[in-house]
Amino acid sequence: MSSGTVQKLMELAGTRFSVPVSDLKPSDDFFQTLGIDSIQALELLSDVEMEFDVEIPDYELEGVVTFDALAEQIERRR
Amino acid sequence: MSNPIHWRLIDGVYELELCAEPCNEIGTAMLEALERFVDSIEPEKAHALIIYSSQRKGFCAGADLRELYHELVGRRGNGNGNRVKQLWGQMGQLYDLRDFLDRIHTVFDKLDMLPITTIGAVHGVCFGGGFELALTCDLLVVEKTARFCFPELRLGIIPGFGGIPRLKRSVGTSLTQDLLLTGRSINAKKAVAVGLASQVVGVGEGLNTARKVAAQAGRFDRQAAATAKAFIKQLPSDELAQEKRHFLRLFQNPGVLNALKKFVESDDIRPYLP
Repeated sequence: MSSGTVQKLMELAGTRFSVPVSDLKPSDDFFQTLGIDSIQALELLSDVEMEFDVEIPDYELEGVVTFDALAEQIERRR
Repeated sequence: MSNPIHWRLIDGVYELELCAEPCNEIGTAMLEALERFVDSIEPEKAHALIIYSSQRKGFCAGADLRELYHELVGRRGNGNGNRVKQLWGQMGQLYDLRDFLDRIHTVFDKLDMLPITTIGAVHGVCFGGGFELALTCDLLVVEKTARFCFPELRLGIIPGFGGIPRLKRSVGTSLTQDLLLTGRSINAKKAVAVGLASQVVGVGEGLNTARKVAAQAGRFDRQAAATAKAFIKQLPSDELAQEKRHFLRLFQNPGVLNALKKFVESDDIRPYLP
């Protein structure tokens, strides 16, 4: 997995939810670290799809809770 | 309880604001408010209608599943298993679900067929019944945050407010099957790419853009615009009636109540995700 993807992902999430990127780690559970609910997670998904120009079906995100796991999903779709 | 909607008529444009916490869920209060609004529309005084939400989370999260569940359970009582099973079989009648569906179909059909240009300004969540409401609009302006989804199959039912025929009418069978049978959501960009929405705008720009679209619509002869709309957009009456019948049949399966219970009682922070 590209470290660039996970870094860009954390920057995107940090910007959207006003969390310093320095507080985020690739292995973080983004629900917990960002303090977001399901609807905010969908907002993040939209950001991700737009930013990386990918389309990720929700059902492929089942169990995906960390930045590095989400980055892996993104890369599979690129 | 405060009014779940507000509306105004300005310069020939009705603006219908959905403003019920948390995300404009469609229960009896919303239905009654929409009925009052639809009955008060005077098409001769307007050329356009904009439907938008002032709730941060989105346009509309769909049917009020909590109200539905509590209504069902409240009427079920504390009988034994057989009694519960018997009553569950009658729930469609007990909750007057058919009446609710008939009324929501009447409202949505009227919105769908208004002889004025209707524009939905959508941001955030546009799920289930909310998606079905959006599909009554002629044009959708979607903010980058918008997501569209039919999650009903997760509950063991199908959309019941006319969403399947209307989505099929807008985008054809292929995408309708995809969204319906997988329950996945799509973003604003995809919505435009498949012809569901007409344009994507930035966060917070949906209503302003919809007003510009409405102003443009107001430049045309109203009779010509109404004729154009009536020519291109027809009510899929037979399919709407079929969808309602299938919904009511599926709703009587015991698994639906269990699925509703799981949704309502979930303390998962991800109830909207699969």
